[in-house]
Amino acid sequence: MTAVLPAKDLVTRLSGVFAGKLEEAGRDSVLVRADALLEVAAYLKNTAGFAFDYFNMVTAADYYQYFEVVYHLTSTRHNHSVFIKVRCHNRANPSVPSVVPLWQGADFQEREVFDLFGIRFEGHPDLKRIVLWEGFDGYPLRKDWNR
Amino acid sequence: MTFSTEPFVLNFGPLHPSTHGVFRIKATLDGEVVLDIEPVFGYLHRGIEKLMEERTYTGGIPLTDRLDYVNSMTNNFAYCLAVEKLGGIKVPERAEYIRVIIAELQRIGNHCLAVGAMLNDAGALGTPFFYLWRQREKIYDLLEMLCGQRLMNNYVRIGGVSQDIPAEFLPAVMKFVPQLRSFLDEYDFFLMQNEILLARAKGVGILPPEVAINCGISGPVARASGIKRDLRRDDPYSIYQRFEFEIPTCEEGDCYARYRVRIAEMLQSLHIIVQAAQSMPPGATKADVPHLIRPPAGEAYGHIEGPKGELGFYVVSDNSIAPYRCHVRATSFINLSALRQMVRGWKVADLIIIFGSIDITMGEVDR
Repeated sequence: MTAVLPAKDLVTRLSGVFAGKLEEAGRDSVLVRADALLEVAAYLKNTAGFAFDYFNMVTAADYYQYFEVVYHLTSTRHNHSVFIKVRCHNRANPSVPSVVPLWQGADFQEREVFDLFGIRFEGHPDLKRIVLWEGFDGYPLRKDWNR
Repeated sequence: MTFSTEPFVLNFGPLHPSTHGVFRIKATLDGEVVLDIEPVFGYLHRGIEKLMEERTYTGGIPLTDRLDYVNSMTNNFAYCLAVEKLGGIKVPERAEYIRVIIAELQRIGNHCLAVGAMLNDAGALGTPFFYLWRQREKIYDLLEMLCGQRLMNNYVRIGGVSQDIPAEFLPAVMKFVPQLRSFLDEYDFFLMQNEILLARAKGVGILPPEVAINCGISGPVARASGIKRDLRRDDPYSIYQRFEFEIPTCEEGDCYARYRVRIAEMLQSLHIIVQAAQSMPPGATKADVPHLIRPPAGEAYGHIEGPKGELGFYVVSDNSIAPYRCHVRATSFINLSALRQMVRGWKVADLIIIFGSIDITMGEVDR
Protein backbone atom coordinates (compact mmCIF):
# COMPACT_ATOMS: atom_id res chain seq x y z
CA MET A 1 0.00 0.00 0.00
CA THR A 2 1.36 3.41 -0.93
CA ALA A 3 1.52 5.05 2.47
CA VAL A 4 0.71 8.74 2.41
CA LEU A 5 3.24 10.22 4.83
CA PRO A 6 1.33 12.00 7.62
CA ALA A 7 2.00 15.73 7.42
CA LYS A 8 2.73 15.90 11.15
CA ASP A 9 5.65 13.44 10.91
CA LEU A 10 7.00 15.03 7.78
CA VAL A 11 7.00 18.51 9.27
CA THR A 12 8.81 17.17 12.36
CA ARG A 13 11.40 15.42 10.23
CA LEU A 14 11.99 18.45 8.04
CA SER A 15 11.79 21.19 10.66
CA GLY A 16 15.49 20.83 11.53
CA VAL A 17 16.52 21.72 7.99
CA PHE A 18 13.70 24.03 6.94
CA ALA A 19 12.59 25.68 10.17
CA GLY A 20 9.75 28.13 9.62
CA LYS A 21 9.44 27.35 5.93
CA LEU A 22 6.76 24.68 6.13
CA GLU A 23 3.74 23.76 8.17
CA GLU A 24 0.94 21.23 8.34
CA ALA A 25 -2.07 21.78 6.10
CA GLY A 26 -4.53 19.05 6.91
CA ARG A 27 -3.81 15.44 7.75
CA ASP A 28 -1.66 14.55 4.79
CA SER A 29 -0.48 17.69 3.08
CA VAL A 30 2.41 19.97 3.87
CA LEU A 31 2.25 23.68 3.15
CA VAL A 32 5.57 25.06 1.92
CA ARG A 33 6.47 28.73 1.48
CA ALA A 34 6.79 29.54 -2.22
CA ASP A 35 10.35 30.82 -1.96
CA ALA A 36 11.46 27.59 -0.27
CA LEU A 37 9.67 25.19 -2.62
CA LEU A 38 12.64 24.38 -4.83
CA GLU A 39 15.01 23.53 -1.98
CA VAL A 40 12.38 21.50 -0.10
CA ALA A 41 11.53 19.61 -3.30
CA ALA A 42 15.19 18.95 -4.06
CA TYR A 43 15.73 17.74 -0.50
CA LEU A 44 12.74 15.40 -0.69
CA LYS A 45 13.94 14.03 -4.00
CA ASN A 46 17.59 13.55 -3.13
CA THR A 47 17.50 12.44 0.52
CA ALA A 48 17.69 8.66 0.81
CA GLY A 49 14.98 8.37 3.49
CA PHE A 50 12.44 10.17 1.27
CA ALA A 51 13.62 9.52 -2.30
CA PHE A 52 10.61 11.07 -4.00
CA ASP A 53 11.73 10.25 -7.50
CA TYR A 54 8.31 9.98 -9.12
CA PHE A 55 6.32 13.09 -9.90
CA ASN A 56 2.64 12.13 -9.96
CA MET A 57 0.99 15.43 -10.67
CA VAL A 58 0.74 19.14 -10.10
CA THR A 59 -2.48 21.06 -10.20
CA ALA A 60 -4.01 24.13 -8.61
CA ALA A 61 -7.24 25.41 -7.07
CA ASP A 62 -8.57 28.92 -6.73
CA TYR A 63 -9.74 29.89 -3.23
CA TYR A 64 -10.32 33.59 -4.00
CA GLN A 65 -7.87 34.84 -1.33
CA TYR A 66 -5.10 32.72 -2.74
CA PHE A 67 -4.23 30.09 -5.32
CA GLU A 68 -3.14 26.76 -4.00
CA VAL A 69 -0.72 24.74 -6.10
CA VAL A 70 -0.77 21.04 -5.18
CA TYR A 71 2.08 18.63 -5.88
CA HIS A 72 1.77 14.90 -5.48
CA LEU A 73 5.05 12.99 -5.20
CA THR A 74 5.73 9.28 -4.82
CA SER A 75 8.83 7.30 -4.04
CA THR A 76 9.15 4.19 -6.17
CA ARG A 77 11.80 2.89 -3.75
CA HIS A 78 9.88 3.27 -0.48
CA ASN A 79 6.37 3.21 -1.96
CA HIS A 80 5.21 6.25 0.00
CA SER A 81 3.76 9.52 -1.20
CA VAL A 82 3.25 13.08 -0.09
CA PHE A 83 1.12 16.10 -0.98
CA ILE A 84 2.96 19.42 -1.04
CA LYS A 85 1.05 22.68 -1.26
CA VAL A 86 2.14 26.20 -2.09
CA ARG A 87 -0.07 29.26 -1.79
CA CYS A 88 0.16 32.41 -3.90
CA HIS A 89 -1.61 35.39 -2.41
CA ASN A 90 -0.68 37.83 -5.14
CA ARG A 91 -3.72 37.50 -7.41
CA ALA A 92 -2.49 40.04 -9.93
CA ASN A 93 0.75 38.23 -10.59
CA PRO A 94 0.83 34.77 -8.98
CA SER A 95 4.05 32.85 -9.34
CA VAL A 96 5.83 29.80 -7.91
CA PRO A 97 9.21 28.31 -8.78
CA SER A 98 9.19 25.65 -11.46
CA VAL A 99 10.22 22.11 -10.51
CA VAL A 100 11.05 21.07 -14.08
CA PRO A 101 14.80 21.03 -13.27
CA LEU A 102 14.02 18.25 -10.77
CA TRP A 103 11.25 16.33 -12.53
CA GLN A 104 10.79 16.56 -16.25
CA GLY A 105 7.27 15.21 -15.83
CA ALA A 106 6.25 18.61 -14.47
CA ASP A 107 6.85 20.31 -17.82
CA PHE A 108 3.46 19.89 -19.54
CA GLN A 109 1.53 19.98 -16.28
CA GLU A 110 2.98 23.31 -15.17
CA ARG A 111 2.15 24.67 -18.60
CA GLU A 112 -1.41 23.47 -18.11
CA VAL A 113 -1.71 25.18 -14.72
CA PHE A 114 -0.29 28.35 -16.26
CA ASP A 115 -2.75 28.06 -19.13
CA LEU A 116 -5.87 27.61 -17.02
CA PHE A 117 -4.99 29.54 -13.83
CA GLY A 118 -2.44 32.07 -14.98
CA ILE A 119 0.10 31.05 -12.36
CA ARG A 120 3.63 31.68 -13.59
CA PHE A 121 6.24 29.01 -12.97
CA GLU A 122 9.55 30.84 -12.67
CA GLY A 123 12.36 28.98 -14.36
CA HIS A 124 10.17 26.86 -16.62
CA PRO A 125 12.04 26.30 -19.90
CA ASP A 126 9.11 27.03 -22.19
CA LEU A 127 6.16 28.49 -20.32
CA LYS A 128 3.29 29.05 -22.77
CA ARG A 129 -0.33 28.03 -23.16
CA ILE A 130 -0.87 24.35 -23.82
CA VAL A 131 -4.55 23.48 -24.37
CA LEU A 132 -5.90 26.92 -25.20
CA TRP A 133 -4.61 29.05 -28.02
CA GLU A 134 -2.21 31.95 -27.72
CA GLY A 135 -4.20 35.14 -27.31
CA PHE A 136 -7.04 33.52 -25.37
CA ASP A 137 -8.48 36.03 -22.97
CA GLY A 138 -8.32 35.11 -19.29
CA TYR A 139 -7.76 31.94 -17.29
CA PRO A 140 -10.87 29.74 -17.30
CA LEU A 141 -10.32 27.73 -14.13
CA ARG A 142 -10.16 30.84 -11.99
CA LYS A 143 -13.37 31.22 -10.07
CA ASP A 144 -13.88 34.81 -11.23
CA TRP A 145 -13.51 33.96 -14.91
CA ASN A 146 -16.57 34.90 -16.84
CA ARG A 147 -17.28 33.52 -20.25
CA MET B 1 30.31 13.59 -53.34
CA THR B 2 28.67 15.15 -50.31
CA PHE B 3 25.35 16.89 -50.09
CA SER B 4 24.78 19.73 -47.72
CA THR B 5 21.46 19.37 -45.90
CA GLU B 6 19.66 21.68 -43.60
CA PRO B 7 16.97 20.93 -41.02
CA PHE B 8 13.35 21.59 -41.92
CA VAL B 9 10.10 21.47 -40.00
CA LEU B 10 7.39 18.98 -40.88
CA ASN B 11 3.90 19.01 -39.40
CA PHE B 12 2.22 15.76 -38.48
CA GLY B 13 -1.45 16.28 -37.97
CA PRO B 14 -3.60 17.63 -36.44
CA LEU B 15 -5.56 15.34 -38.74
CA HIS B 16 -3.30 12.47 -39.67
CA PRO B 17 -4.09 8.76 -39.38
CA SER B 18 -1.04 8.18 -37.22
CA THR B 19 -1.90 10.78 -34.59
CA HIS B 20 -4.79 8.77 -33.07
CA GLY B 21 -7.15 11.70 -32.95
CA VAL B 22 -6.42 15.37 -33.30
CA PHE B 23 -2.84 15.90 -32.27
CA ARG B 24 -0.04 17.76 -33.93
CA ILE B 25 3.66 17.02 -33.84
CA LYS B 26 5.97 19.71 -35.13
CA ALA B 27 9.00 17.67 -36.14
CA THR B 28 12.35 19.16 -37.04
CA LEU B 29 13.97 16.80 -39.50
CA ASP B 30 17.37 16.47 -41.06
CA GLY B 31 16.60 14.44 -44.13
CA GLU B 32 14.75 11.51 -42.63
CA VAL B 33 16.22 11.79 -39.15
CA VAL B 34 14.18 13.37 -36.37
CA LEU B 35 16.23 16.08 -34.64
CA ASP B 36 13.55 17.35 -32.31
CA ILE B 37 9.80 17.43 -31.93
CA GLU B 38 7.30 19.69 -30.29
CA PRO B 39 3.88 18.25 -29.44
CA VAL B 40 0.98 20.67 -29.88
CA PHE B 41 -2.11 19.93 -27.80
CA GLY B 42 -5.55 21.33 -27.33
CA TYR B 43 -7.55 20.50 -30.45
CA LEU B 44 -9.99 18.47 -28.36
CA HIS B 45 -10.02 20.64 -25.25
CA ARG B 46 -13.59 20.85 -23.96
CA GLY B 47 -12.88 22.24 -20.51
CA ILE B 48 -14.18 19.13 -18.76
CA GLU B 49 -12.62 20.13 -15.42
CA LYS B 50 -14.48 23.43 -15.54
CA LEU B 51 -17.72 21.76 -16.62
CA MET B 52 -17.51 19.41 -13.66
CA GLU B 53 -17.55 22.37 -11.28
CA GLU B 54 -20.97 23.26 -12.63
CA ARG B 55 -22.58 19.84 -12.28
CA THR B 56 -23.57 17.72 -9.32
CA TYR B 57 -21.24 14.94 -8.27
CA THR B 58 -23.42 12.35 -10.02
CA GLY B 59 -23.83 14.62 -13.03
CA GLY B 60 -20.08 14.64 -13.49
CA ILE B 61 -19.92 10.92 -14.23
CA PRO B 62 -21.01 11.16 -17.90
CA LEU B 63 -18.31 13.77 -18.43
CA THR B 64 -15.65 11.33 -17.29
CA ASP B 65 -16.84 8.94 -20.02
CA ARG B 66 -15.60 11.46 -22.52
CA LEU B 67 -12.06 11.70 -21.19
CA ASP B 68 -10.45 8.47 -22.33
CA TYR B 69 -13.35 7.41 -24.52
CA VAL B 70 -11.81 3.99 -25.12
CA ASN B 71 -12.12 3.17 -21.40
CA SER B 72 -15.28 4.90 -20.24
CA MET B 73 -15.98 2.46 -17.42
CA THR B 74 -12.48 2.84 -16.01
CA ASN B 75 -12.87 6.61 -15.90
CA ASN B 76 -16.25 6.32 -14.14
CA PHE B 77 -14.61 3.97 -11.67
CA ALA B 78 -11.68 6.27 -10.86
CA TYR B 79 -13.91 9.32 -10.44
CA CYS B 80 -16.40 7.49 -8.21
CA LEU B 81 -13.53 6.12 -6.15
CA ALA B 82 -12.29 9.65 -5.44
CA VAL B 83 -15.76 10.90 -4.51
CA GLU B 84 -16.37 7.87 -2.30
CA LYS B 85 -13.10 8.59 -0.54
CA LEU B 86 -14.21 12.19 -0.07
CA GLY B 87 -17.62 11.26 1.30
CA GLY B 88 -16.55 8.15 3.21
CA ILE B 89 -18.96 5.97 1.23
CA LYS B 90 -18.72 2.20 1.53
CA VAL B 91 -19.38 0.19 -1.63
CA PRO B 92 -21.25 -3.16 -1.38
CA GLU B 93 -19.25 -6.33 -2.03
CA ARG B 94 -21.09 -7.35 -5.17
CA ALA B 95 -20.54 -3.94 -6.76
CA GLU B 96 -16.80 -4.22 -6.09
CA TYR B 97 -16.69 -7.53 -7.95
CA ILE B 98 -18.64 -6.07 -10.86
CA ARG B 99 -16.27 -3.10 -10.95
CA VAL B 100 -13.22 -5.35 -11.06
CA ILE B 101 -14.68 -7.40 -13.91
CA ILE B 102 -15.55 -4.36 -16.01
CA ALA B 103 -12.24 -2.65 -15.28
CA GLU B 104 -10.36 -5.72 -16.50
CA LEU B 105 -12.63 -6.08 -19.55
CA GLN B 106 -11.85 -2.48 -20.40
CA ARG B 107 -8.15 -3.11 -19.96
CA ILE B 108 -8.32 -5.95 -22.47
CA GLY B 109 -10.35 -3.80 -24.86
CA ASN B 110 -7.85 -0.98 -24.54
CA HIS B 111 -4.87 -3.24 -25.16
CA CYS B 112 -6.60 -4.73 -28.20
CA LEU B 113 -6.79 -1.22 -29.59
CA ALA B 114 -3.29 -0.25 -28.46
CA VAL B 115 -1.57 -3.30 -29.94
CA GLY B 116 -3.67 -3.20 -33.11
CA ALA B 117 -3.07 0.50 -33.68
CA MET B 118 0.66 0.14 -33.07
CA LEU B 119 0.86 -2.62 -35.68
CA ASN B 120 -1.20 -0.45 -38.00
CA ASP B 121 1.33 2.33 -37.49
CA ALA B 122 4.11 -0.11 -38.23
CA GLY B 123 2.62 -0.62 -41.66
CA ALA B 124 0.63 -3.82 -41.13
CA LEU B 125 -2.48 -2.06 -42.37
CA GLY B 126 -5.72 -3.71 -41.46
CA THR B 127 -5.18 -7.40 -40.87
CA PRO B 128 -3.68 -7.64 -37.35
CA PHE B 129 -5.70 -4.60 -36.35
CA PHE B 130 -9.10 -5.96 -37.29
CA TYR B 131 -8.46 -9.39 -35.82
CA LEU B 132 -8.06 -7.64 -32.47
CA TRP B 133 -11.02 -5.37 -33.10
CA ARG B 134 -13.24 -8.38 -33.55
CA GLN B 135 -12.32 -9.37 -29.99
CA ARG B 136 -12.83 -5.85 -28.75
CA GLU B 137 -16.26 -5.88 -30.33
CA LYS B 138 -17.18 -8.85 -28.14
CA ILE B 139 -16.17 -6.87 -25.07
CA TYR B 140 -18.45 -4.08 -26.16
CA ASP B 141 -21.26 -6.61 -26.52
CA LEU B 142 -20.65 -7.62 -22.90
CA LEU B 143 -20.64 -4.01 -21.70
CA GLU B 144 -23.82 -3.36 -23.65
CA MET B 145 -25.51 -6.13 -21.69
CA LEU B 146 -24.80 -4.20 -18.51
CA CYS B 147 -26.04 -0.75 -19.40
CA GLY B 148 -27.34 -0.65 -22.96
CA GLN B 149 -24.45 1.53 -24.06
CA ARG B 150 -21.39 0.47 -25.97
CA LEU B 151 -19.03 3.41 -25.72
CA MET B 152 -20.12 6.09 -23.25
CA ASN B 153 -21.17 3.56 -20.65
CA ASN B 154 -21.88 5.77 -17.63
CA TYR B 155 -22.43 2.62 -15.60
CA VAL B 156 -20.48 3.07 -12.36
CA ARG B 157 -22.19 5.18 -9.73
CA ILE B 158 -21.02 6.80 -6.53
CA GLY B 159 -21.45 3.96 -4.06
CA GLY B 160 -21.75 1.11 -6.54
CA VAL B 161 -23.00 0.56 -10.07
CA SER B 162 -26.22 1.75 -11.71
CA GLN B 163 -27.92 -1.66 -11.85
CA ASP B 164 -27.25 -5.30 -11.18
CA ILE B 165 -25.76 -7.46 -13.91
CA PRO B 166 -28.26 -9.46 -15.96
CA ALA B 167 -28.37 -13.23 -15.41
CA GLU B 168 -26.78 -13.98 -18.79
CA PHE B 169 -23.76 -11.73 -18.21
CA LEU B 170 -21.47 -14.01 -16.22
CA PRO B 171 -22.06 -17.07 -18.47
CA ALA B 172 -21.25 -14.87 -21.46
CA VAL B 173 -18.05 -13.67 -19.77
CA MET B 174 -17.02 -17.23 -18.94
CA LYS B 175 -17.59 -18.20 -22.57
CA PHE B 176 -15.56 -15.25 -23.80
CA VAL B 177 -12.52 -15.85 -21.59
CA PRO B 178 -11.26 -19.19 -23.03
CA GLN B 179 -12.08 -18.02 -26.53
CA LEU B 180 -9.93 -14.88 -26.14
CA ARG B 181 -7.17 -16.84 -24.45
CA SER B 182 -6.80 -19.23 -27.36
CA PHE B 183 -7.08 -16.35 -29.81
CA LEU B 184 -4.28 -14.46 -28.06
CA ASP B 185 -2.03 -17.52 -28.08
CA GLU B 186 -2.47 -17.88 -31.79
CA TYR B 187 -2.17 -14.16 -32.50
CA ASP B 188 0.96 -13.80 -30.43
CA PHE B 189 2.48 -16.90 -32.03
CA PHE B 190 2.15 -15.33 -35.48
CA LEU B 191 3.40 -11.92 -34.46
CA MET B 192 6.24 -12.57 -32.05
CA GLN B 193 8.22 -14.31 -34.76
CA ASN B 194 7.17 -11.95 -37.52
CA GLU B 195 10.34 -10.60 -39.01
CA ILE B 196 8.86 -7.27 -40.07
CA LEU B 197 7.49 -6.56 -36.60
CA LEU B 198 10.81 -7.51 -35.01
CA ALA B 199 12.74 -5.29 -37.42
CA ARG B 200 10.39 -2.35 -36.90
CA ALA B 201 9.89 -2.62 -33.14
CA LYS B 202 12.91 -4.30 -31.54
CA GLY B 203 15.40 -1.82 -30.16
CA VAL B 204 13.33 1.12 -31.45
CA GLY B 205 12.35 4.04 -29.23
CA ILE B 206 14.07 2.90 -26.08
CA LEU B 207 12.84 4.53 -22.89
CA PRO B 208 15.41 4.13 -20.09
CA PRO B 209 13.82 3.45 -16.67
CA GLU B 210 15.38 6.51 -15.01
CA VAL B 211 13.87 8.76 -17.70
CA ALA B 212 10.52 7.03 -17.33
CA ILE B 213 10.47 7.65 -13.58
CA ASN B 214 11.62 11.24 -13.93
CA CYS B 215 8.90 11.93 -16.49
CA GLY B 216 6.16 10.34 -14.38
CA ILE B 217 5.44 7.61 -16.93
CA SER B 218 3.09 4.89 -15.71
CA GLY B 219 1.27 1.83 -16.95
CA PRO B 220 2.47 -0.62 -19.60
CA VAL B 221 4.94 1.92 -21.00
CA ALA B 222 6.74 2.12 -17.64
CA ARG B 223 6.52 -1.63 -17.06
CA ALA B 224 8.07 -2.27 -20.48
CA SER B 225 11.06 -0.28 -19.21
CA GLY B 226 11.46 -2.57 -16.21
CA ILE B 227 9.60 -0.48 -13.63
CA LYS B 228 7.53 -2.97 -11.68
CA ARG B 229 4.87 -0.55 -10.55
CA ASP B 230 1.18 -1.34 -10.69
CA LEU B 231 -1.30 0.38 -8.40
CA ARG B 232 -3.41 -2.77 -8.22
CA ARG B 233 -0.58 -4.23 -6.17
CA ASP B 234 1.33 -1.17 -4.88
CA ASP B 235 -1.68 0.80 -3.69
CA PRO B 236 -4.52 -1.72 -3.76
CA TYR B 237 -7.96 -0.21 -4.21
CA SER B 238 -11.37 -1.86 -4.43
CA ILE B 239 -10.79 -5.59 -3.76
CA TYR B 240 -7.71 -6.29 -5.86
CA GLN B 241 -5.76 -7.74 -2.94
CA ARG B 242 -8.09 -10.76 -3.04
CA PHE B 243 -6.98 -11.82 -6.50
CA GLU B 244 -3.92 -13.57 -7.68
CA PHE B 245 -2.16 -12.08 -10.67
CA GLU B 246 1.28 -11.27 -11.97
CA ILE B 247 2.66 -7.96 -13.13
CA PRO B 248 4.38 -8.54 -16.45
CA THR B 249 7.48 -6.45 -17.08
CA CYS B 250 10.20 -6.28 -19.73
CA GLU B 251 13.67 -4.86 -19.36
CA GLU B 252 14.26 -3.61 -22.91
CA GLY B 253 12.04 -0.53 -22.92
CA ASP B 254 11.56 -0.60 -26.70
CA CYS B 255 8.39 -0.73 -28.81
CA TYR B 256 8.52 -4.51 -28.90
CA ALA B 257 8.67 -4.68 -25.09
CA ARG B 258 5.57 -2.49 -24.90
CA TYR B 259 3.81 -4.88 -27.27
CA ARG B 260 4.85 -7.89 -25.18
CA VAL B 261 3.78 -6.32 -21.88
CA ARG B 262 0.33 -5.53 -23.25
CA ILE B 263 -0.23 -9.05 -24.55
CA ALA B 264 0.89 -10.50 -21.20
CA GLU B 265 -1.36 -8.08 -19.30
CA MET B 266 -4.40 -9.17 -21.26
CA LEU B 267 -3.80 -12.76 -20.13
CA GLN B 268 -3.45 -11.62 -16.52
CA SER B 269 -6.69 -9.65 -16.79
CA LEU B 270 -8.46 -12.78 -18.00
CA HIS B 271 -7.10 -14.56 -14.95
CA ILE B 272 -8.55 -11.87 -12.65
CA ILE B 273 -11.91 -11.90 -14.44
CA VAL B 274 -12.28 -15.66 -13.93
CA GLN B 275 -11.47 -15.36 -10.23
CA ALA B 276 -13.89 -12.49 -9.74
CA ALA B 277 -16.68 -14.16 -11.70
CA GLN B 278 -16.35 -17.36 -9.73
CA SER B 279 -16.38 -15.75 -6.31
CA MET B 280 -18.94 -12.99 -6.84
CA PRO B 281 -21.32 -12.85 -3.85
CA PRO B 282 -25.03 -12.01 -4.12
CA GLY B 283 -26.34 -8.83 -2.57
CA ALA B 284 -26.87 -5.15 -3.22
CA THR B 285 -25.03 -3.39 -6.03
CA LYS B 286 -25.35 0.17 -4.79
CA ALA B 287 -24.96 1.74 -1.40
CA ASP B 288 -27.80 3.91 -0.19
CA VAL B 289 -26.47 7.12 -1.68
CA PRO B 290 -28.83 9.85 -2.90
CA HIS B 291 -28.36 11.41 -6.33
CA LEU B 292 -27.56 14.74 -4.75
CA ILE B 293 -24.72 14.29 -2.33
CA ARG B 294 -22.88 16.88 -0.29
CA PRO B 295 -19.54 15.43 0.78
CA PRO B 296 -17.98 17.14 3.80
CA ALA B 297 -15.60 19.98 2.96
CA GLY B 298 -12.15 18.67 2.20
CA GLU B 299 -10.23 17.06 -0.59
CA ALA B 300 -9.44 13.57 -1.81
CA TYR B 301 -7.22 11.99 -4.40
CA GLY B 302 -8.35 8.65 -5.76
CA HIS B 303 -6.26 6.81 -8.29
CA ILE B 304 -6.48 3.49 -10.06
CA GLU B 305 -4.32 1.50 -12.42
CA GLY B 306 -6.10 2.30 -15.64
CA PRO B 307 -5.25 0.46 -18.85
CA LYS B 308 -2.82 3.22 -19.80
CA GLY B 309 -1.40 3.79 -16.33
CA GLU B 310 -2.18 5.81 -13.24
CA LEU B 311 -5.51 7.55 -13.63
CA GLY B 312 -6.28 9.87 -10.74
CA PHE B 313 -8.98 12.32 -9.74
CA TYR B 314 -8.24 15.13 -7.29
CA VAL B 315 -11.58 16.36 -5.96
CA VAL B 316 -12.09 19.31 -3.62
CA SER B 317 -15.42 19.73 -1.85
CA ASP B 318 -16.84 22.82 -0.16
CA ASN B 319 -19.87 20.87 1.13
CA SER B 320 -22.06 21.94 -1.76
CA ILE B 321 -23.74 19.73 -4.36
CA ALA B 322 -21.01 20.25 -6.97
CA PRO B 323 -17.24 19.70 -6.74
CA TYR B 324 -15.38 22.90 -5.94
CA ARG B 325 -12.50 21.68 -8.07
CA CYS B 326 -11.94 18.45 -9.94
CA HIS B 327 -8.62 17.69 -11.55
CA VAL B 328 -7.90 14.69 -13.71
CA ARG B 329 -4.44 13.19 -13.58
CA ALA B 330 -4.67 12.16 -17.21
CA THR B 331 -2.43 9.22 -17.99
CA SER B 332 -2.14 9.82 -21.73
CA PHE B 333 -1.14 13.44 -21.20
CA ILE B 334 1.64 12.67 -18.76
CA ASN B 335 2.86 9.63 -20.69
CA LEU B 336 3.65 11.99 -23.57
CA SER B 337 6.25 13.76 -21.40
CA ALA B 338 9.00 11.42 -22.55
CA LEU B 339 8.06 11.37 -26.24
CA ARG B 340 10.69 13.94 -27.14
CA GLN B 341 13.53 11.89 -25.70
CA MET B 342 12.19 8.69 -27.19
CA VAL B 343 12.09 9.85 -30.80
CA ARG B 344 15.26 11.95 -31.11
CA GLY B 345 17.66 10.41 -33.59
CA TRP B 346 15.13 7.99 -35.06
CA LYS B 347 13.69 8.10 -38.55
CA VAL B 348 10.29 9.51 -39.46
CA ALA B 349 8.78 6.03 -39.85
CA ASP B 350 10.05 5.15 -36.36
CA LEU B 351 8.50 8.30 -34.94
CA ILE B 352 5.10 6.95 -35.98
CA ILE B 353 5.52 3.56 -34.35
CA ILE B 354 7.11 5.01 -31.17
CA PHE B 355 4.22 7.39 -30.81
CA GLY B 356 1.79 4.55 -31.48
CA SER B 357 3.43 2.35 -28.86
CA ILE B 358 2.76 4.88 -26.07
CA ASP B 359 -0.98 4.42 -26.61
CA ILE B 360 -2.75 7.71 -25.99
CA THR B 361 -6.31 8.93 -26.33
CA MET B 362 -6.68 12.57 -27.27
CA GLY B 363 -9.86 12.99 -25.25
CA GLU B 364 -7.77 12.40 -22.16
CA VAL B 365 -4.77 14.44 -23.26
CA ASP B 366 -6.77 17.60 -23.96
CA ARG B 367 -9.71 17.04 -21.59
